[in-house]
Amino acid sequence: MSKITINIDGKEIQTQEGEYLLNAARANDIFIPAICYLTRCSPTLACRICLVEADGKQVYACNAKAKDGMSITTSTETIEAERRAIMEVYDVNHPLQCGVCDQSGECELQNYTLEIGVDSQSYAVKDVDRSSHDWGHLHYDPGLCIVCERCVTACKDMIGDNSLKTIPRGADALNAEYKESMPKDAYAMWNKLNKSVIGLTNGTDVLDCTSCGECSAVCPVGALVDTHFMYTSNAWELNQVPATCGHCSAGCQISYDVKHTSVANPEDKIYRVMNEWNYVSLCGAGRYGFDYENKVASRDEKAFEKAIEAFKKADTIEFTSSITNEEALILQRMKEKLGFKLINQEAKAFQTFLKDYSEISGTSLYGSDLKVVHNSNFVISVGSALKTDNPNARYALNNSMTVNKGAGLYFHPVSDPIIDGMGKSIMSVNHAPLQEEAVLYLILDLFADKSKLPESLAEYLASFHSMKTITVTETVKEKVIEIVKEMKVNEETGEEEEVEVEKSKMVSKKVSKEVEVDDNRLLELVNVPAKFDETLAKNLKKKDTFALMVGPDLYTHPNSKNLARLVALIEKYTAFEVTIIPPLTNSLGVALICDLDDERGVYTIGYNTKAAFTLSALGDGDLDMPAMNQQEGTLTSVNKRVNPTNAALSYHGYELNDIANALGLEAENTIDYTVHLPVEAGFKAEEFDNLPNHYENDGTEMRGYLLENLKVQTSDDESVEPFNEEKMEGTLIYLANPVRQFTEFTHKATNLDELSGVYMSEEYLAKSDLNEGDSVRIKTEKGELVVTIVSDNKIAGDIACLPTFDSKINSEALFSSYRFAAASIEKV
Amino acid sequence: MNNEQFNNRNVSEDGYFQVEIKDYPTTGWDKFKRVVQRTFRIELFVGLWVVLREMIVFNKHTISYPEEKMPIGPRYRAVHEMKRLWESDAERCIGCGLCEKICISNCIRIDTKIDENSRKEVSEYTINLGRCIFCGYCAEVCPELAITHGGEYENASDQREHFLLYEDMLTPIDKMKAGAQLEFEGFGAITPHEDERVKKTPLAY
Repeated sequence: MSKITINIDGKEIQTQEGEYLLNAARANDIFIPAICYLTRCSPTLACRICLVEADGKQVYACNAKAKDGMSITTSTETIEAERRAIMEVYDVNHPLQCGVCDQSGECELQNYTLEIGVDSQSYAVKDVDRSSHDWGHLHYDPGLCIVCERCVTACKDMIGDNSLKTIPRGADALNAEYKESMPKDAYAMWNKLNKSVIGLTNGTDVLDCTSCGECSAVCPVGALVDTHFMYTSNAWELNQVPATCGHCSAGCQISYDVKHTSVANPEDKIYRVMNEWNYVSLCGAGRYGFDYENKVASRDEKAFEKAIEAFKKADTIEFTSSITNEEALILQRMKEKLGFKLINQEAKAFQTFLKDYSEISGTSLYGSDLKVVHNSNFVISVGSALKTDNPNARYALNNSMTVNKGAGLYFHPVSDPIIDGMGKSIMSVNHAPLQEEAVLYLILDLFADKSKLPESLAEYLASFHSMKTITVTETVKEKVIEIVKEMKVNEETGEEEEVEVEKSKMVSKKVSKEVEVDDNRLLELVNVPAKFDETLAKNLKKKDTFALMVGPDLYTHPNSKNLARLVALIEKYTAFEVTIIPPLTNSLGVALICDLDDERGVYTIGYNTKAAFTLSALGDGDLDMPAMNQQEGTLTSVNKRVNPTNAALSYHGYELNDIANALGLEAENTIDYTVHLPVEAGFKAEEFDNLPNHYENDGTEMRGYLLENLKVQTSDDESVEPFNEEKMEGTLIYLANPVRQFTEFTHKATNLDELSGVYMSEEYLAKSDLNEGDSVRIKTEKGELVVTIVSDNKIAGDIACLPTFDSKINSEALFSSYRFAAASIEKV
Repeated sequence: MNNEQFNNRNVSEDGYFQVEIKDYPTTGWDKFKRVVQRTFRIELFVGLWVVLREMIVFNKHTISYPEEKMPIGPRYRAVHEMKRLWESDAERCIGCGLCEKICISNCIRIDTKIDENSRKEVSEYTINLGRCIFCGYCAEVCPELAITHGGEYENASDQREHFLLYEDMLTPIDKMKAGAQLEFEGFGAITPHEDERVKKTPLAY
């Protein structure tokens, strides 16, 4: 890719070779109308309105690539005629119900109709019955739909659910004379439009997907609407509060749309969550899990006094990673000043992992981020249930498959129909739990340049290889010459006589051969599917950008140190760019800011976790705290970015800063700490109010700032330990949440109604005598638990998933620290 | 329009005249004299006589409110009304919220929700008459001719905030059944000859 210059409407602009004209124009503030195109997705070519003239030829700006010296005209007489006709066609049979449409003016059909200046209608076709569909969390009204297929494109190219497609509309054919009288592109577009509406891929009218709602966000008209939002508010009444989603480590940019609750209640309420869907895609938790605020009427002075007493008595503070960087810094300052121990197991494990990784990599942080994954064409994921640990990482994986024609490998013990549904180019490898080291060794073995690897490591890898003789049956084609007798007419005599003719024929023949091949025992150890070698070789063709994502399974693995070192070695000796996915919302921030301890003291104060004295943003503790949507502060995301978030709703109680002030720290607001975030850990001394939170027209992320990846002293010791081939046996359980659930906060949100219980795959339930709704006793060597069974078709295989989002089920108590455990499950 | 008369800012002297005002009295005695003069001028008794005469002949020049009320013009903008459809007696308001948006004194608030027939329903509609300036924008913007002004101007209240609810404004169903709903003719109403001005959509179906 190199910088080139193109000319659009007489304006010289710089862009990348091969960039789509539409994106180049948008990046330079040149307007080309376009409806169906979604940035980061492949061009749909449904609307055809982005027609431009490039070097005298009409092309679609959304799929024509820029070449050096190209000259583009965005508007000519024929193009204007096409656009006018296209907009008239879109207005054919479109109901005039703008007054009650939920798009309420944020409508691209309305905008372009006015922009193009459609004031009369020349086309008509008989309408068909297009009654609306209730798809659970979505409402689809085909009457309003203009079949731009943006929903289909987003679902396929970004999300990877492939739940939507176009289905036949069943309309009459267009009047034949339009073919002659109409502009060509407009006719072609109408002809296609008139044949389709949006339907579900599964053929039923019941939507079964990961419920992200991205389709309703991208809908340019009011055809796809979130059911919870229907007819509750006009878009213009909503005040948009730019924020950062606080549910997982992706740190997506969102805006909370707030308005007064009702005529009688002037208190603000969040009506919906919106996103810049061209540049960031949300998951269901981000979009629908917004009403988890802690409603506190006033400051409870008695509880506050008790809290101060408790803090004076306490020697330990235990907390989760659902806190802002500023709060983490307050806790760290309290530790420095008052000597508290800070306990956060999940962040501690992540912190240790990062430190071990740094010892070889020489950098304080991993080198890559999810944006790199989006742009890669070969992606590997290890140790993460992607769709539930970090949905954005899953979108990045899918996006690289679909848009970059990429391929990938997904290593995880729990098989995942969602990942398998992304297409044939991604191979799932369901290795046994505890075998993550073997997986990383395999990656080194497959992709590292052996001559550059440390000698001991190369030798260790070689020890898995052996030559074996296998019998290969090949089909060989042979030329066989046959002598056939034929009757022929003798030209001289005119009589028929028998002549012998030589005829050659190709005959295929099966031959068995003994061949010496390389046998890689690692493949067998990680349980690769059949024909792994051949498929991988095929998938690796024409691939030049590689990305590796590693996830939370590794951080709590008994040999996490070795794993961290292996990850660093992969980054160093292969072409893979590494992203390490933080386990929870702000685990990365906490790991960088706090000096965490291992051992608890005598008296513990819990922040969002139960302890002797509990501070809770969930409203169930001894002193109320503000939830993430009631706080301002910064969150550190997987992309190593410090993102600001604003308070969408007011909060009338005490916050952590008040306690810190009462204990002798001094700061008027929590955000006074933003400027003091540790520079030595990569933060910048920036005031909170100076942090931007938006995307530029060309997609540049103007959000907070990027952490600096600091150099770390290394010891040149690159030794790694051999791994233990021991596997977990028996019935296995995995500590993971269902889709759309992360923490107790998502559980509190009214629109996220996932049941709590043990999640089992349909496949597993069918083979066992267990049924959905049964109570089962799950017993491990650590403890036991009685829960109900929830059937989940988003997982497959025999491993049951125990969620952490409901504090009533203390799933963590069953696990040592690793996310997998052997258990016995019996009906009660 | 000719702006010349406005553009000429040269005010000539003949446009003005001096009013003869005597100098203000300064001493106490002069002040006393002025009070006596003003009090016992003959004009006072002229006025008193007119009052006495009219009182005796019972010749009334005002209406006796509240027993009597002035007729109100059809375009008068007083307390709002919410109209019903002639065809079905159903409420005209579709809950689009344009009146709430356009209201320049921010006195209208609407809550809407989805009803059991999947239609938009107005669950609450209030106008704060204490803040309403009766400008008529809400009636003008209403696409359904639902909210209009009425002739009811008696909206005195013992509180500054005085809310008008949806039910108060809606044409009572019995009045509607009796065909007694009056159309508003003021701002926002359909003008005469509207049909001739509308450009029809040429739909063949």
